[in-house]
Amino acid sequence: MNLCPGLRTDVQTFGRLSHLTCPIIGGLIRSMTNIAIQTRSLRIRRGSSIVIDGLDLDVPRSAIVGLLGPSGSGKTTLMRAIVGVQAVKGGTVSVLGQPAGTASLRHRVGYMTQLASIYEDLSVRQNLRYFARGQGAPKSDVDRVIDRTDLGGQADQLARTLSGGQANRVSLAAAMLGSPDVLVLDEPTVGLDPVLRSDLWNIFRSLADEGTTLLVSSHVMDEATRCDRLLLMREGQVIADTTPSELLETTGAATAEEAFLSIITSDSTGSSFPRKRTGKRAGRKARAGARTILTSGSGAMPGKGRTRRAQ
Amino acid sequence: MSPMRTMATAGRVLLQIRNDPRTIALLLVVPSLLIGLVAWIFDETQVFDRIGPAMLALFPFIVMFLVASIATLRERRSGTLERLLSMPMGRGDVILGYTLAFGLLAVVQTAIAVGYATWVCGLKIEESVLLLFAVAIADALLGTALGLLASAFARTEFQVVQFMPVFVFPQILLGGIFLPRDQLPGVLEAIGDWMPLSHAIDALTAVSTGNEDAAYIWLRILFIGCWVTGAIIVGSLTLRRRTP
Repeated sequence: MNLCPGLRTDVQTFGRLSHLTCPIIGGLIRSMTNIAIQTRSLRIRRGSSIVIDGLDLDVPRSAIVGLLGPSGSGKTTLMRAIVGVQAVKGGTVSVLGQPAGTASLRHRVGYMTQLASIYEDLSVRQNLRYFARGQGAPKSDVDRVIDRTDLGGQADQLARTLSGGQANRVSLAAAMLGSPDVLVLDEPTVGLDPVLRSDLWNIFRSLADEGTTLLVSSHVMDEATRCDRLLLMREGQVIADTTPSELLETTGAATAEEAFLSIITSDSTGSSFPRKRTGKRAGRKARAGARTILTSGSGAMPGKGRTRRAQ
Repeated sequence: MSPMRTMATAGRVLLQIRNDPRTIALLLVVPSLLIGLVAWIFDETQVFDRIGPAMLALFPFIVMFLVASIATLRERRSGTLERLLSMPMGRGDVILGYTLAFGLLAVVQTAIAVGYATWVCGLKIEESVLLLFAVAIADALLGTALGLLASAFARTEFQVVQFMPVFVFPQILLGGIFLPRDQLPGVLEAIGDWMPLSHAIDALTAVSTGNEDAAYIWLRILFIGCWVTGAIIVGSLTLRRRTP
């Protein structure tokens, strides 16, 4: 348990001792600690269909990473796998260097589900007090997150009587309890007006500035510009791993929305058999073409070109 | 699993119910009203003396089954369970928390029902009242545990209400209220003898008439306890952290 929620420590993930004893492994570990979330050959089946098939992904630390894509592209499934509540068919998911869902990770990862996921028949404060005890966060944290999400005026109101935006913020506040190192937020701004959306993104930014890693899914493309890094998902694949400025530059589009449409169009042309073994290679090759453009020039970031597999 | 998280869950469930005064009123008053109705129906006969104790077994069982199954279904469907399981919270913390909270409610509910049945309806209690409470609590926990289990097989509120007849009615029919179990056809008697509610009814009848000793009653409580434990274990297996 992190006894000082304000203080972050990496000792839990990778001891610095190994860095001292072996420079090569130490260097490797140091570069790995820049990665908060990593998946390798991740395969997830839901029902009879394969939702995610062989996904390689890296999410850098202390950044806001936008997970964008049309509904049904596998965003929620991927997020569930990252927080460790999704049954995985194959491959690995690691968070802060440990397998996703490990008991010791559960208080270091905050999760905000797509629905508000709060108890309607409890007040805001009662909800948060319970989640704080579940998360092992100190009691004082409840007031901190209420303050942070600007819910002071509604603290003693029953959750049932809250507006959609307020309920969403309670859900976010619950995910922030215990100051987790990684926040996984599934469509946190869905159905909110522009003012509330902007408020939430300001909260996300300040959390990232404090060192939190945020993985935020959205299908509102203009939110892309507020992220440090973008992952565009389609049919369980990451078809672009880029930054907002690169995205606009490489596609020549004026808005993020247009840029995504152009990527999706160029991606579809080469992926007529994305799920079948026989057509896989050809489909991948053509899609890799689109990716090459989009993942260029991102040398500083660890996520570079990760979606391309050896062919 | 930790006692702190289990208690937190129990406290939260009770708080949810406290924020809902109508549910409290229904939980506490309805069993007594129905017992009063049964006593009134059989006013001119000796029947209430025979089935009165069984009524005390039925209501906590049915009410707790319904409340528990719907509450857990809501938890599964609203996403709160997913949130809890992404936290350090254990499955046992959730299930035992619910069991504790509903067990406590059952004590209050039974106290009111027993008070009403004895003082207003004239039901005789020959054995100790403490023993009666022990049976009633075991009975209510049985309802809670089976309700938690039933919620695992239901996808919607409609379905979970339909599970009530499936889990509860056969136990009432074979429990010896309508016809003493030894007068049932052989197969049904055998099935009835293995049903937990039958033992709750037997035990409460024994408490009321004083025809059997305390060991007989404790044996029945133990039998119910085994069912409760079994249902809780199977129920917690259905609360998987990772779902497909």
